[in-house]
Amino acid sequence: MNKVMKEIFSASTLNTVLAVVASFVFGGVLIAFANENVQVAAGYLFARPADFFMAIWNSVFGAYDALFRGAVFNYKLDGIVAMVKPITETLAYATPITLSGLGLAVAFRSGLFNIGAPGQIMFGAMFAGWIGINLDLPFYIHFPIAVIAGVIGGALFGALVGFLRATTGANEVIVTIMFNYIAALLLGWLLKTPVLQAPGAVNPISAAVSDSAKYPLLFGEQFRVHTGFVMMLLAVVAVWWFLNRSSIGFQFRALGHNPNAAKTAGINIGLTFVLVMAVSGALSGLAGTTQILGTEKFLTTGVAASYGFDAITVALLGRNNPWGVLVAGILFGGLRAGAVTMQASQGVPIDIVLVVQSMIVLFIAAPPLVRAMFRLKAQKGGAQ
Amino acid sequence: MKQSKRTPLALAILSFVGLWLWLTAPTQVTTIQTTTDTDIFALPSFGVAASLIAAVAYAILLVTTAVSAWWVIKLNHKTPRWVVLTFGIALVLTILVDLFAGKTMPITSLLQGSLALAVPLIFGSLAGVLSERVGIVNIAIDSQLLAGAFVSAFVASISDNLYAGLLGAVIAGALVSWVLAVFSIKYIVDQIIVGVVLNVLIVGLTNFLFSTLLVSDIAAFNQPPRFEKILVPLLGQIPVIGPVLFNQTLIVYLMYLAVAGVFIALFKTRWGLRVRAVGEYPKAADTVGIKVFQTRYISVMIGGALAGLGGSFFTLGQVGAFGKEMTNGAGYIALAALIFGRWNPIYAALAALLFGFAQNLQYGLAIIGSDVPSEFLLMLPYALTVVAVAGLVGKVTGPAAAGKAYIKS
Amino acid sequence: MKLELRGITKRFGAMTANDNVNLVAQGGQIHCLLGENGAGKSTLMNVLYGLYQADGGDILLDDRVVKFSGPGDAMAAGIGMVHQHFMLIPVFTVAENVILGHEPTKFGGLLDLESARAKVREVSARFGFELDPDAIVGDLAVGVQQRVEIIKALIGDAKVLVFDEPTAVLTPQETDELMQIMKQLREQGTAIVFITHKLREVKEVADKITVIRLGKIVGEADPSSSANELASMMVGRAVDLDVEKAPAKPGSATFKVAGLSAWNHAGTKVLDDINLEIHQGEILVIAGVQGNGQTELTEAIIGMHGKTHGSIELNGQQLIGKNVKQVLDLGVGFVPEDRTEDGLVAEFTIAENLMLDRSDRKPFAKGISLQLDVLKKFAEEKLKQFDIRAQGISSKASELSGGNQQKVVLARELSRELSLLVASQPTRGLDVGSIEFVHEQIVATRDRGVPVLIVATELDEATQLGDRIAVMYRGKIVGIVPSDTPRSVLGQMMAGISS
Repeated sequence: MNKVMKEIFSASTLNTVLAVVASFVFGGVLIAFANENVQVAAGYLFARPADFFMAIWNSVFGAYDALFRGAVFNYKLDGIVAMVKPITETLAYATPITLSGLGLAVAFRSGLFNIGAPGQIMFGAMFAGWIGINLDLPFYIHFPIAVIAGVIGGALFGALVGFLRATTGANEVIVTIMFNYIAALLLGWLLKTPVLQAPGAVNPISAAVSDSAKYPLLFGEQFRVHTGFVMMLLAVVAVWWFLNRSSIGFQFRALGHNPNAAKTAGINIGLTFVLVMAVSGALSGLAGTTQILGTEKFLTTGVAASYGFDAITVALLGRNNPWGVLVAGILFGGLRAGAVTMQASQGVPIDIVLVVQSMIVLFIAAPPLVRAMFRLKAQKGGAQ
Repeated sequence: MKQSKRTPLALAILSFVGLWLWLTAPTQVTTIQTTTDTDIFALPSFGVAASLIAAVAYAILLVTTAVSAWWVIKLNHKTPRWVVLTFGIALVLTILVDLFAGKTMPITSLLQGSLALAVPLIFGSLAGVLSERVGIVNIAIDSQLLAGAFVSAFVASISDNLYAGLLGAVIAGALVSWVLAVFSIKYIVDQIIVGVVLNVLIVGLTNFLFSTLLVSDIAAFNQPPRFEKILVPLLGQIPVIGPVLFNQTLIVYLMYLAVAGVFIALFKTRWGLRVRAVGEYPKAADTVGIKVFQTRYISVMIGGALAGLGGSFFTLGQVGAFGKEMTNGAGYIALAALIFGRWNPIYAALAALLFGFAQNLQYGLAIIGSDVPSEFLLMLPYALTVVAVAGLVGKVTGPAAAGKAYIKS
Repeated sequence: MKLELRGITKRFGAMTANDNVNLVAQGGQIHCLLGENGAGKSTLMNVLYGLYQADGGDILLDDRVVKFSGPGDAMAAGIGMVHQHFMLIPVFTVAENVILGHEPTKFGGLLDLESARAKVREVSARFGFELDPDAIVGDLAVGVQQRVEIIKALIGDAKVLVFDEPTAVLTPQETDELMQIMKQLREQGTAIVFITHKLREVKEVADKITVIRLGKIVGEADPSSSANELASMMVGRAVDLDVEKAPAKPGSATFKVAGLSAWNHAGTKVLDDINLEIHQGEILVIAGVQGNGQTELTEAIIGMHGKTHGSIELNGQQLIGKNVKQVLDLGVGFVPEDRTEDGLVAEFTIAENLMLDRSDRKPFAKGISLQLDVLKKFAEEKLKQFDIRAQGISSKASELSGGNQQKVVLARELSRELSLLVASQPTRGLDVGSIEFVHEQIVATRDRGVPVLIVATELDEATQLGDRIAVMYRGKIVGIVPSDTPRSVLGQMMAGISS
């Protein structure tokens, strides 16, 4: 594990950029391949090759242009609100991804491969959702306890993994995979019982969170982005400080790099396992609150969506560094937001995002492959 | 060395469930229906009182618990597997009879459905066994199943040939596992990361190709023929299990062969000894001249090929057409089965059958209108796996070198 | 068969591990390759065995040049190897381990385990080993495992057999038996290459001695040379093996171990009724062959060993039942035997490593906030005081030499107020200069009135550093004797015979 982390840490920024570029190129190939105009033009490739290449250009440029318009700035629309809405959508998507990614980064830095973000997000959302739906309190009490409940929910579900690891040595990868499914099924069941199901509903869906428990919107009703985004920025700073400037964070990192030395130096390994997973789960729980109390407002089985996988990719792309995670989170938030426009306007299925994201992670994790593709010489101090 | 007393202790605690079931067992009769429409001759359905079954089962639970305790404390041996197995079957039976009290339990069709759900799980867990036994952790079973499902449907459609579809599935599964192997072995990327990413990558790719390519001309690209069931003479006429096991499609018969084949290959042949050596201590294997990397590639890719075959069952064996994310996380249940089955092909297959049964039971219960939430049945594989890795009932540990890259100096 | 290495050169990056090495081994002879840790012995043998590819030079068998692209080629050519770290699969049986790589098969590629068992029985009978072919290797004692390793090497009809530091894990008795086996093999005409750094063993069995230092052959020596002559060839200068120290002035016995027993995970007793006392200002050395309970004893003292029973008292405080942190807080300094594994975080800087045990308290932390400026001052001071050679306090521990790494560990452990120092093999694998420095620091700690417990596996270190020596064998203290006890007596004690 540590070796991988080192590899990821030592990979240069150039390498990261190239990995992203290569992945988009691969995505472009797929888009062109699936485009009807390209297929038609390929039929008479030798007669009029220019048509073929124009068709490729049009399909790929069209798709990525739509992606940009959906994620950053839509210059084709009228009115400033419509034009800047995309970037706010990006930030809305980026909020849970980054928060959860931060949580995973904390665990990865501490040597625990927590892939239980979906389950921890769901627990956060369940706890926060229950408080947000069922209590009736003024905002300045209701909102904070709903958020805190979500954080606690995620932390408890995470800590359970740490506890099993500390007391029985159960491999956290296996346990978190299994816990993701258990959490999803539990949520599915609760959404069919009066605990969470909206009164009178037939579908597994909860009642709406009351207004007094919602994240206030940042820029008014026209934009979905809410104060959860600010919360996320604060969390980035807090996690950075925690990992690099606090004694507990120091012990986390010591555990991650060399558990034996940490143990010999008097650090309580078992307790630290539990703490690491609690902090990691708490951040995913917080991500869950931004979903249920901010963006979604209803609880459904889809609350964690694909954020679990996004969080892993964001942590890896950001090299487990909080600032890196922030940048990666916004990038992937942008992909999510842009993909919607891309599908709507160009007919490119949203799934292309998954492909591009996966390719980015694979390339980043294997710097020699990227170097070989771009015919770069091995860098000094990089991987041998 | 003292044997751990965990197993008899766990059995003793669990047998209280049996006691509770016995005490609360309904007095109604459970009708057990063993016939299906296709039977050549039929056994009559028969009824048993749930309370009677519960009493007998509770006795079995007590006996097996005692046997286990005697084995561990007096003989200082591990509890034999068959004791635990008998215990488990007795417990499951009691719960079943209890659930179906006053109703008809269609045992044959329940088992048929279970096997159908278990087939891809078994192929998937064999892929995991072959991969992890050689030292490569395979989280990516789901991607191999999914690739097999997609390619088999596509190839069988365009070629209108089932066997071409099967071949396509095998190649697709092997290719995906080759990617896992290359990144793990050559680029020394963490095997878990590669696995997680591959699962998503294949979901993305198949979804994308489904929405663009397959949907564009369904008749041409996504309407494969389906395998017909083949009734094995004589064997197929055994009551209850005959129609379950021996009136199946080619893929299922291939699955039987695969389980036996993987077991023999791993534990009875030179190749298997080398595979296991590489998975336990690659350097030791290297020092006796075994080619570590080559062994890893081959074993992982054979596993991938089997998973691909398992994927084809979704399309060519069952549904017919490919659907988005149609494996529905089966690869992760296969992973659970492989761990619960302690990296042994036969036990993994049995675990997969159990998990398939639990999954299928929800439909059986839905028909009789039982109020047992299906979620808890579906949770079983995951919960049991957590119990297993946490060592609550006997510790399970995988091959020593699984997950670790071998770096030649 | 005659084996010749001619001009072998092997480089790892900028480091030359073997520089133009020549060596000739003849059938029916035991050829010792003598050198310090890190002199390049194992690298040379790995080249011979095909595990590494040489950057230059040739391997000749019976005067014909051979090329080995892997261990398989070497084995096929008749070269066998008994590895320092056993190349055995713990979960396999003896028979399975022995045949691995050249498995007999029946029809259809099925394993023929029956003939494998027969082979194991036959070869073990030849050497008087009693080996059960169906025993699981992981359950066997270390000495027995080594026999499996030997049989594994012999079964391919090896004409040249390499023993790589085979005695490191053996008791003196097992060592004697191994010497007998080597002699027996010599009678049968096998060419034996025996790699070691232990002079006594060399003198006992060698027909020829080649000394290697810093990757180069420094010369051949006669088995009749004196130990001091051989030692000075090994380290390259006249060695003064003595530690300079004034006679101890023991104060009161503040550290007392009474009736201490411990069990490992499998339930085996690893410490058996240990009783000892250490006075202030005194060094007690625990001597013995590795694996006789020394590790468990140090672990029990610092609170890392799970199942213990008995009493460990420091200044009247009971240590049993306390965790590592509480023990360290009572003023116990601990230098673990494996510094890279247990002593340091390789990826951390020198400064971070220096606060590893006190990161959550004053002066390094205020609340949970790290005081990085305090740490910087502290680290710079220690860098000077302990003569740690590094670019600065921000250098990573992994960038330091072994000697400097050990200085970092010492600097950390000695910078607290100590009431006991426990150091396990504190000079293992260090160069001579660092050994001297470490010894000086330990003696200085003693002279400040701290009781010191040292674990040593080398008798020389034990007799020179210790004021008294406690010999351990199979989890028991065989006896506690003055440090001027004759070597022969100490050797017998290490084999479990009490004086």
